[in-house]
Amino acid sequence: MTSDVRDSPPADHPDTATTAGAKAHARAQHGRTADAMRHVPASSSPTPPDGVPASSLTWSETVAPGGYTTAVLARGTRVRLTDVAGEACAHVLIHRADGPHERLNVADTVKVPWQAYVGTGHPLLSGYGRVLATVVADTSGRHDALAGTTTRHGNDERYGAGAPESASPAGRELLLLAALKNGLGPRDVVPSVSFFKGVRVDADGAFDWQGSAGPGTHVELLLHVDAIVSVANTAHPLDPRPAFTCSALRMHAWPAVDDLDRLLAGDLVGPLRPEHRQAAANTDADLLARGVL
Amino acid sequence: MNAPTAADHTALVPGAPILDGRVDARAAWSAVVAAGDVLTIVDLAGNQAVDCLLYSAADTGVRYSASETVARQGGIVLTTGSVLRADTGLALMTVVGDEVGVHDTLGGACSKESNTLRYGQHTRAQHGCMENFLLEGARHGLGAKDLASNINWFMNVPVDPDGALGIVDGLSAPGKRVALRAEVDVLVLVSNCPQVNNPCNAFDPTPVRMIVTRPGQAA
Repeated sequence: MTSDVRDSPPADHPDTATTAGAKAHARAQHGRTADAMRHVPASSSPTPPDGVPASSLTWSETVAPGGYTTAVLARGTRVRLTDVAGEACAHVLIHRADGPHERLNVADTVKVPWQAYVGTGHPLLSGYGRVLATVVADTSGRHDALAGTTTRHGNDERYGAGAPESASPAGRELLLLAALKNGLGPRDVVPSVSFFKGVRVDADGAFDWQGSAGPGTHVELLLHVDAIVSVANTAHPLDPRPAFTCSALRMHAWPAVDDLDRLLAGDLVGPLRPEHRQAAANTDADLLARGVL
Repeated sequence: MNAPTAADHTALVPGAPILDGRVDARAAWSAVVAAGDVLTIVDLAGNQAVDCLLYSAADTGVRYSASETVARQGGIVLTTGSVLRADTGLALMTVVGDEVGVHDTLGGACSKESNTLRYGQHTRAQHGCMENFLLEGARHGLGAKDLASNINWFMNVPVDPDGALGIVDGLSAPGKRVALRAEVDVLVLVSNCPQVNNPCNAFDPTPVRMIVTRPGQAA
């Protein structure tokens, strides 16, 4: 039985009655680790990807099931998302850092490349005829750019709770928090793309749930612009299971600016389709005009 | 062009006529449709894509979401019975009549910028739906951040088994209609699509008619 009213600390509680005691208590917690945490500096990552020196990492984080994260990353950054245990679902939004009204546009992302299913070589486009990121690796093949993320009202009805502090947070609430952390707001939260949970469209236009490809898969994004990358790790809106099901998501990032040249040369994921090539050309032309390139 | 007819005869759902407008080829249009009223869109000449954004008139931060709409109904096709939802899940409008059977949720809006990707840099000068949405939205205090996913009435975008999707020849015909009942007061923003590089307008943009009726009241 617990009470909301506490007259005195529990007997096993450290001495926090004084500022000195409270300070010592706080400082004694440094250096602890948790299953879900950001590793700072990123070079302290316990799990650098194969072939990537830990010293080159710029982001290392494990996002809890029901958690979110956001970071501003430089052009040429390679971001790896890993579904460690097979039940992660990464709902991703990308805003351009130097003008966040330019952001992921899932309609253009599926329409322009003539392909509804995101996989290796797929450009993630803005609504401005430019490419924000390209999917440059994918060992899962189970993704979705059509059904978006979950809502608070939907998760309230479905799981009994959808608040971000609940055990079944809605993706929109988490992505809204990520947006707010970057000085953005509800109007900046647009339909997202989700990785590690597959959805297909049947001949009648109805959705078929594919679910997960299993544990240990990863996806890598290569950024074409400085970008605000926001990720919510929570159950997919079409997940048919009655219980909220989600597992940890691992994030790593490192500089790989030469990969942009390799991508355009066709040496990274094969020859780019004409729409993708044009999007990269538009992006580079914009950066050149701004004096960034 | 069809001969003009009384709005209450042309509307898919009978009722007192509230508004009867014509959107010229390539032009924009907007109106607030009151809760309970029905908007009938008439594809006057056939196979004219009507790009459409919806907002709660009470709070334009609550806006139509293609992903929420298709996720909640379990498929990508809009037709009678489809509930058009905001990104919060709120029901904005319901399709209460449809003479075509297929309308698009995936293809988004054309723009000068995306034209360069799909058809080449020489098409940048052409008018696009984003231009219409930005200008018409600005009349209501909206800006670039307010343009998210949109509906394309009368547009046909199939998805093949391998994921290939594209705008193909339409299934509409002259005079075909779709009717939407407002579930709350809804700001409707329309771009009568000016695209001439794909079959969404049968390569020839044409006018459409917008009729708002109030069911339950005498015509």
